[in-house]
Amino acid sequence: MNSGYAIDVKGLNKSFGAKHVVNDVSLQVGRGEIHGFLGPNGSGKTTTIRIMCGLLKPDSGSGTCLGYDIIRETDQIKRHIGYMTQKFSFWEDLTIRENLDFVARMYGLADRRTAVDQTLENLGLTKRSNQLAGTLSGGWKQRVALAACMLHDPQVLLLDEPTAGVDPGARRDFWEELHRLSTLGISVLVSTHYMDEVERCHKLAYIAEGKLLTRGTASEVIAAQGLQTWAVYGENLAEFSKTLQNLPGIGQTVMFGVMLHVSGKDGNMLESSLRKVIAGKPFRMEHVETGVEDVFIYMMKHDAAHSGEKR
Amino acid sequence: MSRLNGFSLLRWWNMVIKEYSQLKRDRLTFAMIVGIPIAQLFLFGYAINTDPKHMPTAIISADQSEITRTIISTLKHSEYFNIVGVLPNEKTADKALARGNVLFVINIPAGFTRQLIRGERPAILIEADATDPMATGLAIASASQLARQVSLKDLTGSLASLADAAPPFKVHVHRLYNPEGLTQYNIIPGLMGVILTMTMVLMTGLAITRERERGTMENLLAMPVKPIEVMTGKIVPYIAIGFIQITIILLAARFIFSVPFVGSLSMMYLAALLFVNANLVVGITLSSLAKSQMQAMQMSMFYFLPNLLLSGFMFPFMGMPTWAQYIGNVLPLTHFNRLIRGIILKGNTGWDLWPSIWPIILFTVVVMAVAVKFYRRTLD
Repeated sequence: MNSGYAIDVKGLNKSFGAKHVVNDVSLQVGRGEIHGFLGPNGSGKTTTIRIMCGLLKPDSGSGTCLGYDIIRETDQIKRHIGYMTQKFSFWEDLTIRENLDFVARMYGLADRRTAVDQTLENLGLTKRSNQLAGTLSGGWKQRVALAACMLHDPQVLLLDEPTAGVDPGARRDFWEELHRLSTLGISVLVSTHYMDEVERCHKLAYIAEGKLLTRGTASEVIAAQGLQTWAVYGENLAEFSKTLQNLPGIGQTVMFGVMLHVSGKDGNMLESSLRKVIAGKPFRMEHVETGVEDVFIYMMKHDAAHSGEKR
Repeated sequence: MSRLNGFSLLRWWNMVIKEYSQLKRDRLTFAMIVGIPIAQLFLFGYAINTDPKHMPTAIISADQSEITRTIISTLKHSEYFNIVGVLPNEKTADKALARGNVLFVINIPAGFTRQLIRGERPAILIEADATDPMATGLAIASASQLARQVSLKDLTGSLASLADAAPPFKVHVHRLYNPEGLTQYNIIPGLMGVILTMTMVLMTGLAITRERERGTMENLLAMPVKPIEVMTGKIVPYIAIGFIQITIILLAARFIFSVPFVGSLSMMYLAALLFVNANLVVGITLSSLAKSQMQAMQMSMFYFLPNLLLSGFMFPFMGMPTWAQYIGNVLPLTHFNRLIRGIILKGNTGWDLWPSIWPIILFTVVVMAVAVKFYRRTLD
């Protein structure tokens, strides 16, 4: 394989009618890397993932997945990757075992029975293997789906919001599994909306309205925006945040439970504006490190302000 | 204004508005609400005629005279018979009847006029294709009156004495293929095509939209499986189901309804395979056009309605106006009905079946081309 990357795509474009869903996206995922893929709903994450696994042809652009061309060698790609769709996409009216058997046959696994038995055992579902997949809870469905994607030992996993609607415990287990797989050298591209999951990724990419806005490690992404952030504590913070809106230096305010994060690019102006407003009021402020969430919300707003029309 | 416990007009009206708004967006349902009554009105009002006239009739005339010409013109005037040709002998007549080119053959024997004048009361033979008793029943009844009608006008002068007594000639009617004129002989084999149309189109339509609606199609396509494998693999079980249905209907026809089976069983299954294929292709096409199972169901209904009414299953094909016959001739069910009646009741084989086979094949090929064109879209 030429590039050392598991996934290496350049200048991908895809339009559906007049809507430019993926706009000049380039992305690299290293081997054994867990790469987070973020962006608001409808920003083109799913479409990008579908292009990478050969389900969709890009209008323009090129790239490889495991060294296979994403346009010409889609059959090879499908054989070597695991793709987990956003919605549970196994057959709810088949049993867990029947689903796994079906997948194993599709990939032509030599020792299907052993592979399926082993997977069921790893999942701890041997006893429930004859249960219909549709009767599983959300967390279990997602674990079964991941196991089914892993049956043929793919080298790359493409996961489209795998943990949406799954409880925190199951999410934590799921991420531990991802990290275990990554130590085995499996590359993972995972889209998500959860900020705690963002911090578990080795690298991040942020996409909005089809454009890739930023890439890198979490700290690189944060540093690139150059935001300064202050946390404000006190009563009626929601009310208070309204008085901050148009002050010089204040880029955005975000509520975090008991505190309000106030961020801006110009640290000095931000601080002096804040101090002026707070003076004589029962609020307390302290300088904090800017988090990924502050950055992403900032980028989302920033981006929306630039593009004329929002969905 | 709105009491929480009682019936609130405001809430109720709100519900009505919501329902209306949703209905308005569902174009296909809307089309059905408007389209189905209009289609039914037109079909029942204009296309369907349970007293078909002008049915194709051939003549074998071994005797030509003023009297036979009068008889033939009387037949024409009854409006039931449309004389499409003269045939040389019995053999060609049998063939024309078997193929369904004509529904009646009027056979005037040699020496008819001479015998009539001698007062020997000769007979005219009318052979009728009685597979569909509803289509031919009234025409047969009218033909039986023939002798009386002819005699009144034509036998004048020296022959007038013959008119007074019993009719000067007899009319023998042979109800071929279905001598007792039993409607189940026609309905039961016909039902086979109707049932196959309904189940095959609907089941394939649903089978593929179901994968899409549940999101499992995406999963399938992400696996190393070719679309053609998915499509054909999904269809094969339904071919088997179609054959089970055929077998059930055949067994019921034989043992419950005592419908005779004159033709070849293997020929019947072969015809059924062609027909099942045609319907499966329709099902696939509908499923690639439909966005949901609901839409696939509605589209199947749309397809089913003209099949039911215009194929000659429920109402005589010959009774329909030309435009309706054109539509009917496009539908595979029309041809399958002819095939199946031909095989089961008439014992047709080989080239006699061909006129009903090629339209089914042509239909399948054309619809398949449409399906392939639209199938591309389902991937993107």
